[in-house]
Amino acid sequence: MKKIIKYVIIDILRNKIVLAYTAFLLLISISIFNLEDNSAKGLLSLLNIILIIVPLVSLLFPAIYVYNSSEFLELLVSQPLKRKTIWLSLFSGLAASMAFAFFVGAGIPILLFEATPTGFMMLGTGILLSVIFTSLAMLAAVKARDKAKGIGVVILLWLYFSVIFDGLILFLLFQFADYPLEKLMVGATAFNPIDLSRILILLKMDVSALMGYTGAIFKDFFGTQLGLIISFLVLVTWVLIPTWLSLRKFKHKDL
Amino acid sequence: MIIASNVSKQFGKLKALDNVSVNCGKGECIALIGPNGCGKTTFIKSILGMVVCDSGFITFNGKNIKHDWKYRENIGYMPQIGRYPENMTIGQVLDMMKDIRGKKNDKLDEELINKFGLIQILSKRMRTLSGGTRQKVSAALAFLFNPDVLILDEPTAGLDPVSSEMLKEKIIAEKNKGKLVLITSHILSELDDLITQVIYMQDGKLWFHKSIDNLREDTGEEKLSRAIAKVMTQ
Amino acid sequence: MKKLITISIFLFFGTAVFAKTIHVDKQQNVKTIQQALLLAVDGDTVLVSAGYYHEQNIVINKSICLIGINHPVLDGDNKYEIISIKADGVVVDGFKIINSGVSSIEDYAGVKVYNSRYAVIRNNILDKTFFGVYIQFGFDCLIENNTINAYNKVEQESGNGIHCWKSDSLRILGNTITGHRDGIYFEFVKNSIIWRNVAEDNLRYGLHFMFSNDDAYICNVFKNNGAGVAVMFSKGLKMIHNYFEENWGDAAFGLLLKEISDGYIENNVFEKNTAGIFMEGASRIHMEKNVFKRNGWAMKIQASCMDVNVHNNNFESNTFDVGTNGNLVLNNFTNNYWDKYEGYDLNKDKLGDVPFRPVSMYAMIIEQNPPAMILFRSLMSTLLDKTEKVLPSLTPENLKDDHPLMKPMVL
Repeated sequence: MKKIIKYVIIDILRNKIVLAYTAFLLLISISIFNLEDNSAKGLLSLLNIILIIVPLVSLLFPAIYVYNSSEFLELLVSQPLKRKTIWLSLFSGLAASMAFAFFVGAGIPILLFEATPTGFMMLGTGILLSVIFTSLAMLAAVKARDKAKGIGVVILLWLYFSVIFDGLILFLLFQFADYPLEKLMVGATAFNPIDLSRILILLKMDVSALMGYTGAIFKDFFGTQLGLIISFLVLVTWVLIPTWLSLRKFKHKDL
Repeated sequence: MIIASNVSKQFGKLKALDNVSVNCGKGECIALIGPNGCGKTTFIKSILGMVVCDSGFITFNGKNIKHDWKYRENIGYMPQIGRYPENMTIGQVLDMMKDIRGKKNDKLDEELINKFGLIQILSKRMRTLSGGTRQKVSAALAFLFNPDVLILDEPTAGLDPVSSEMLKEKIIAEKNKGKLVLITSHILSELDDLITQVIYMQDGKLWFHKSIDNLREDTGEEKLSRAIAKVMTQ
Repeated sequence: MKKLITISIFLFFGTAVFAKTIHVDKQQNVKTIQQALLLAVDGDTVLVSAGYYHEQNIVINKSICLIGINHPVLDGDNKYEIISIKADGVVVDGFKIINSGVSSIEDYAGVKVYNSRYAVIRNNILDKTFFGVYIQFGFDCLIENNTINAYNKVEQESGNGIHCWKSDSLRILGNTITGHRDGIYFEFVKNSIIWRNVAEDNLRYGLHFMFSNDDAYICNVFKNNGAGVAVMFSKGLKMIHNYFEENWGDAAFGLLLKEISDGYIENNVFEKNTAGIFMEGASRIHMEKNVFKRNGWAMKIQASCMDVNVHNNNFESNTFDVGTNGNLVLNNFTNNYWDKYEGYDLNKDKLGDVPFRPVSMYAMIIEQNPPAMILFRSLMSTLLDKTEKVLPSLTPENLKDDHPLMKPMVL
């Protein structure tokens, strides 16, 4: 398995896109921290990058990579290797590259300029989001045979998780404004890793505001040790389930 | 050595393999023949586990291949179109395969690498290679690990006559060592002096599996191409 | 004139000559404070040596000075009011006063002033008293440098640190109050000053005004109380140089203004409160040179407020700058520094050329539908905010700062 991960990573590194992504993140995060005299505003810009750019790139790049390396996969499958090994290696290689790109591009500036609880939470969720969306991308890529269709699905997934889901939630909130929906909302976040990560970061960044009104309910759940552990377990589940589904599909896929 | 029993495979509405049963033994050189889209490549891929059959099963050395993967150590596969990671050089591809197969250098069969002159172009990237050179790499890889079974899908397509001849000699030499060789080809004339058995497929069905001598007897034709043509027009 | 001076000198020395000092000490003749009080006459001083005194209720009805040496302990045994002052000009200085009675009918206190003038309560440590210092019908009393601690958990069972009722011209200086219901409570108190006190970890408010006019509180610290300061039904209050910090929670505010008028709020710092200031029914309030930093809402100003003038304040790193509940705006924001301002200053007069609207769309949405907080800072909410900037629909049209500062005030 290690050998294949090694070859996948070597191949990804030869592909300049990941390097460009790293450089892009690095450029943005350093300029954010240097230009903004107010670190809170810098963090806010960084939050947007983590919640928008990271999922998008982590969906697009792995999906395209899987399609482009179909020949490589074919070659590997005809060799005495388990399909499980091949697929998990591919996933590990991609997830590690995306997470590492995020760590170098955004994590190191965070550690240098903003080594606060907010910063650490951003770093943690950013890495997890990179891995989660890599695994979703691979699921999409293994399900859709056609490359164009696969990329379309991936973009829809991104739209869904970053806008549509929230739009639905907002719609529900206003439709059922007379009902106590707070607890339900806490549960709803489990279905969107972006929302869950955002709330975990908000709890560090806007803690004063979250202490008021219904914010207190979120604080009571996510702010506790147990809530934090549960949240991270949910995020890890978001890695495991798509990976498991895609693996199951790949095992029986005709190449 | 390889036994397929009632293997069926369907892609959408197309029946690629329809109840195919074959028994391939050691020391044979078997030609898989049939018109385009008859299911030859699907059959080969099923043996390799790249295509998972819907029903029926395939055994390799008496073991069902369904949940096995180790048996592929004993197979050298040369695909119809050799596709490799585009960013890698020939040398890297060879090294990677050696690394993955984990075989010691002294057990490797590097004859074709040397004969095809791949040594001189090891640092060329795969994406810059011509179709013929890719085929050379594919052929070299198939023989590299000294496998018991060779599966060659259109081995000579795109090869120049000299290399083609080298490859044929190599195939004969390996067959004589007692290995099983499965070949598909459209150029039947090439197969004449290679093969011992013929499998003929059409529309996903196995029409016949005969030794070449029987075929000649049945059709009264000496040349394979003629014999097959006669079968097809029957 | 000469005669007058002579008389006054005589009077001065006269009292000095005739006043005596009584020592209370377990080793000497006068062993208890009650005993000393019987011996004392107006103008005497009672000095109490260090020790542990269980004296039940000490009633001072003579104008004397009661002074403790090295903080003698007066223990109320959880039954009694410890010191009751019922004469003018009484001084209580340097005691440790503990364990007053607790009652739901009577307001037991560590030190209670009944209808008296010129009381001085100074340098005492009050611990586990129901009410700490209680002034009723006091005039010109001084409460200075006391440390008043309680350890209550429930509002209903706890009293206030310094409780003042129907009094005038009080001075409350340099006290530290923790763990009570309200740190300092004023009801019908006027012309008084509260200066340099610290109120921390109190259950309800750090400082609470009810129906109290023309008072001032200056240079106090209010930290981590249920709410920092609540000002209700009062007018003419001056609130200057105070520090409101970490007043967190549902319905928690740095400063709560309810039905008040003619207030001055200047040079205060509001930091990390759920809401820095919450105003309801406030009118003619002048707010200047305050700093709002890292609050959930810097200000929540309800539509029932009018003539609130907010200028030359700094708003930095707040989650929301201003929240409101309606479209009616009769208040005035000018020349504040808003860190969220994205305008420009072409004529270089250090004022932005386009107005700043401190109420964001999403703040309005959350006001209407609090659970929507869960979507805050999502792409969705950002998009809504941006659209609102282009096409205002939900946010009040008139709530804006026409000339925001480009750089923060140096405060």
